[in-house]
Amino acid sequence: MAQARLARREHLTGWAFIAPALILLGLFMIYPIIWSLWMSFQVGKGMNLSFGGFANIERLTKDPVFLRALGNTFTFFIVQVPIMIVLALLLAVALNDATLRFRGLFRTAIFLPCVCSLIAYSTLFKSMFANDGVVNQALMALHIIGAPIAWFSDPFWAKVVIILAITWRWTGYNMIFYLAALQNIDRSIYEAARIDGVPAWARFRYLTIPMLKPVILFTTVISTIGTLQLFDEVYNFTAGNGGPSDSTLTLSLYIYNLTFKFMPSFGYSATVSWVIVVVVGILSLIQFLIARDRRSS
Amino acid sequence: MTDTTMASAAAKPVARTSILPGNFWGLVRRSIVYLLLSIAAFISVFPFFWMIVGTTNTSADIIKGKASFGGAFMQNATTFFTQVDALRVFWNSAFIAVVGTVLTLAISSLAGYGFEMFRSRVRERIFGLLLLLLSIPFAAMMVPLFVMIAQAKLVNTYVAVIVPTVASIFIIFYFRQATKAFPSELRDAAKIDGLKEWQIFLYVYMPVMRSTYAAATIIVFMANWNNYLWPLIVLQTAENKTITLIVSALTSAYVPDYGMTLFATVLATLPTLIIFFLLQRRFVEGMLGAVK
Repeated sequence: MAQARLARREHLTGWAFIAPALILLGLFMIYPIIWSLWMSFQVGKGMNLSFGGFANIERLTKDPVFLRALGNTFTFFIVQVPIMIVLALLLAVALNDATLRFRGLFRTAIFLPCVCSLIAYSTLFKSMFANDGVVNQALMALHIIGAPIAWFSDPFWAKVVIILAITWRWTGYNMIFYLAALQNIDRSIYEAARIDGVPAWARFRYLTIPMLKPVILFTTVISTIGTLQLFDEVYNFTAGNGGPSDSTLTLSLYIYNLTFKFMPSFGYSATVSWVIVVVVGILSLIQFLIARDRRSS
Repeated sequence: MTDTTMASAAAKPVARTSILPGNFWGLVRRSIVYLLLSIAAFISVFPFFWMIVGTTNTSADIIKGKASFGGAFMQNATTFFTQVDALRVFWNSAFIAVVGTVLTLAISSLAGYGFEMFRSRVRERIFGLLLLLLSIPFAAMMVPLFVMIAQAKLVNTYVAVIVPTVASIFIIFYFRQATKAFPSELRDAAKIDGLKEWQIFLYVYMPVMRSTYAAATIIVFMANWNNYLWPLIVLQTAENKTITLIVSALTSAYVPDYGMTLFATVLATLPTLIIFFLLQRRFVEGMLGAVK
């Protein structure tokens, strides 16, 4: 009897601890998500919405600006995420070597960009990549380029700057996750492999990568979500228009423009936002499947 | 630090065997590692140097790539302070970041503790659902959230910026992971001493988990201080804008005054830099605790 009362008390205390968070998440996350799913099937301007069935999805397939934004977002994702993950992994392995000097210094320096806000660093990059700016001057001094590159007015180079900028900002962040995970790996495994004459690259490929797989998966999923939501940098670089000629327009920026800049079209912008949800879902699933597949083989 | 003692201890055998030909390649590899790390560190730090140098140069010099200190610091500062109501802007940013961080840590750590200490099948299901929600981008809830805030007549208020971010699934998850390392004997002992659960949380759990709280403080404070999209939507008049919004507005000008803008950028970055360096050691400890 007393036992049962105690168990019931435990049960209630458990709910009490999580209740504030659950109420807030329900109100400010779950409710808006369900609402936006509902909205995505509605058409009309402003708050004058009516049920439109699949009209918005049909509009998506015929909207060249949307297709442009989707393509750009994919380009950023496919080029940027792998570069960053590989770089972060290599840096983490290099910094995990206990015999390395100035480890703390290197680690802090490489992590430092994460301290910078997305807006602050996009301002920095915008000034560094000016036509006569410091980057062009350095590249010309090193004879890598002959004439200055017009970074922000060329559709290709504008994408390159964004990829460089995101990589600068987030590589150290991912590196910290790998470093933390590497420090949990038993060093004797590496010692044994080294004594057995396993070369460094093989130790990396067959010991480090498999053991870090859960963390790599985690950071890849987080980076995927981040890249698909890309907004601050692009908004700041291009004064909100995703230029030149929509070459850097991302899905999030398009949603913002649809909602707050053009004639507000809440239903359609909700539909575009669900495209991100679906794409994130599919990509995460693929990443999970790849990670599981490798384990079984 | 321990790093250096370990390094010197391990460096000795390397030096002793360096006459062997096999070690030549080891030395080459080592040099390449140092070179690459130095390049990475240089690229990481250079923009910070650029930002500080930029505050002392005129906009024209910055665009020409001048990477040495100039004499325009006072001019940039004066332009900034005449164009921007700095005190007001900083108050907005500080209020939102500090209140937001305190509330987020309180509510999310309570939930993390609750999920880990009181397990039931229903609560495990809810936790699983929350992890699933983690992957839903902010864009998907942005529009309804704005309509809700507008209907509640909260547009242009601090409350509208802070409250929707307070329950953070990521921080709840982080605290739950870290709580796995919390020694259960401590909780049992406190229970025998007659402490109630909330007292255990307040007087035992929180002090023991201070590294976790420190790491979470860095993450949440930075996220709040640097938050852009949601404040951009909700804060609409100049006197309510945060420093992050102001820097963005200055950068987006048709012909930005980069000297003044970089001055503003330094001011916007300083608080997060200070917090980071104050809590850095605990941050690494806290991260290690969560990944374990």
